[in-house]
Amino acid sequence: MLPHVIEELPQLLVNGLVAGTILALPAIGFTAIYAVLRFPNFSIASHATMGAYAGYVANVWFGLPVIPSLLLAFIIPALSGVACDEVVMKPLRRTGPLTAAIAAVALTIALENVIRFFFGNDLRGYDLPVWRDWRFDLGFAFLRVGPQQVENAAISVAVMAAVFLFLAFTRTGKMMRAVADNPMLAGIKGINADTVARLGSFMGMGLVGVGGMLLGLDTSIDPLTGFRAVLSVFAAAVVGGLGSIPGAVVGAAVVGVGEELSILILDASYRTAVGFIAILVVLIFRPRGILGERAF
Amino acid sequence: MQNYLVAMAVFAGLYGLMALGLNVIWGMAGMINLGLVGFMAVGAYTSALLTVRHATWPMPLGILAAVIVTATAGALVARLTAKMKGDYLAIVTLGFSEVVRIIASNEIRFTNGTDGISAIPGPWRGQVAPATFNLIFLGITALAVLIVYLICQRIRHSPYGRVLRAIRDDDQVATVAGKPVLRFKTEAFAVGAAITGFAGALYGHYNAYIAPEGFVPLITIYIVLALTAGGTGTNAGAVIGAALVVAFMEGTRFVVAGIPGLAAVQIAAVREFLIATLLIVLLRFRPQGLFPERHIRHRLPGAP
Repeated sequence: MLPHVIEELPQLLVNGLVAGTILALPAIGFTAIYAVLRFPNFSIASHATMGAYAGYVANVWFGLPVIPSLLLAFIIPALSGVACDEVVMKPLRRTGPLTAAIAAVALTIALENVIRFFFGNDLRGYDLPVWRDWRFDLGFAFLRVGPQQVENAAISVAVMAAVFLFLAFTRTGKMMRAVADNPMLAGIKGINADTVARLGSFMGMGLVGVGGMLLGLDTSIDPLTGFRAVLSVFAAAVVGGLGSIPGAVVGAAVVGVGEELSILILDASYRTAVGFIAILVVLIFRPRGILGERAF
Repeated sequence: MQNYLVAMAVFAGLYGLMALGLNVIWGMAGMINLGLVGFMAVGAYTSALLTVRHATWPMPLGILAAVIVTATAGALVARLTAKMKGDYLAIVTLGFSEVVRIIASNEIRFTNGTDGISAIPGPWRGQVAPATFNLIFLGITALAVLIVYLICQRIRHSPYGRVLRAIRDDDQVATVAGKPVLRFKTEAFAVGAAITGFAGALYGHYNAYIAPEGFVPLITIYIVLALTAGGTGTNAGAVIGAALVVAFMEGTRFVVAGIPGLAAVQIAAVREFLIATLLIVLLRFRPQGLFPERHIRHRLPGAP
């Protein structure tokens, strides 16, 4: 048992870290929207799918490489996020965050079916250059790393770095943090809450869309791509502390590695359930998450 | 045609039951449950596993077990998140329904996986003509709706229901008034979950077949839609709303199928889209539903 675990461990850790890095993007999106708008926007599921399909259209129909396709995977869900928030969510948020949460579930089903209407239920794959996996001999174990995996993780890290720089150093980034921290105080200081809400939806859903495409690059996409990832995204956000952006990154790493390591003791199909277990454990022992609920 | 109408009436009754369950949780206690379909699935599976797959318990015992198991699951979920903001309950319940589906799909030895469980017994099924069975089951469903409706009315008009409404409107005030808010919330959630599980068990016995893909989040939307359409907070609204939702769903079946040039998957997509959109529109423009909740005024003893 033990030698077998040691042999598999490096591979699982690497896979888990890569998965966690990719998971971090939609988790940041979800948690950032929560931080600014104060309700769990479950329509991240369909926006992740939307990003995956937007990237698919760019990549397969127009023959663009991965990076320009990701741009489309950002912009389409970002615009949809703003539009949906303006038309659907904003009037409902006044009734209460829970009504908005219910409407978000309905919204995600509506959008998912728009995608299904145009693309059907078939599995679709991206047009990717075929690369051979790199192999490393660690002495006690072999490690296989796919160049695509590395590229996905690198893209994810670059996007995260951009998000952190934006929030830390730009005026708009600081505005968003101020609203997340204390909406009333931010209002007194003359920060327009509506502008920040729109920015939050734009950035948040854009990140969710990029995350959706990166998830799809690994395998294939269908109208439920986003929905299948949603439990892991919630888990990452809750584990890190709902509303905390650095928390979402930490939470995503924990959930990503946890899901991979679970293969050692559980059947692989239970991977997504690991996220739920993580949520329960955190709620029992550390309800505010690892980093607490502070936004930044 | 008659069979079809009776079957739709049975489904309206089952959705009515679940809407009554949601009304206890959301309408009376103001807690969210986005995983209703998970509790329905737990109820359906519990009774099916005990009456056909792993044991041959009589149906009433299987249904009773379903009620107990879902009540326990509901109590645990509510207890775990009761101290947090409602957002956490939303996330946990939504996750719960997904995990139930994952377990039902993968524990093949236990649940037969995605193939589902078939040959679930129904009352007098096989002994009478299918049409008669349908009518018998409609009678049972109607009776179940009536009983649960009366129980829910009793809860609503009792001091207990008043405390739930107080918690819904402002749980701090209820705490200050010395009410054990945590206990009330847990109990209300457990009662609502138990009713949903009861409906799920009945569904299994009526349909004779259950499978994980039958328990999708869209069903949760149907139930929320039923309660919202009827009028959140009122029990009669929940039942009438369920009937309207089933009528609407079946209506879209005929209307959308009439649009020329659509593939089957597109027809299904348009119907799901319409149902989800209807809920959003209702929440936006008529959140109080068709039969709004009136504030109940109880006469003080001795007052004229």
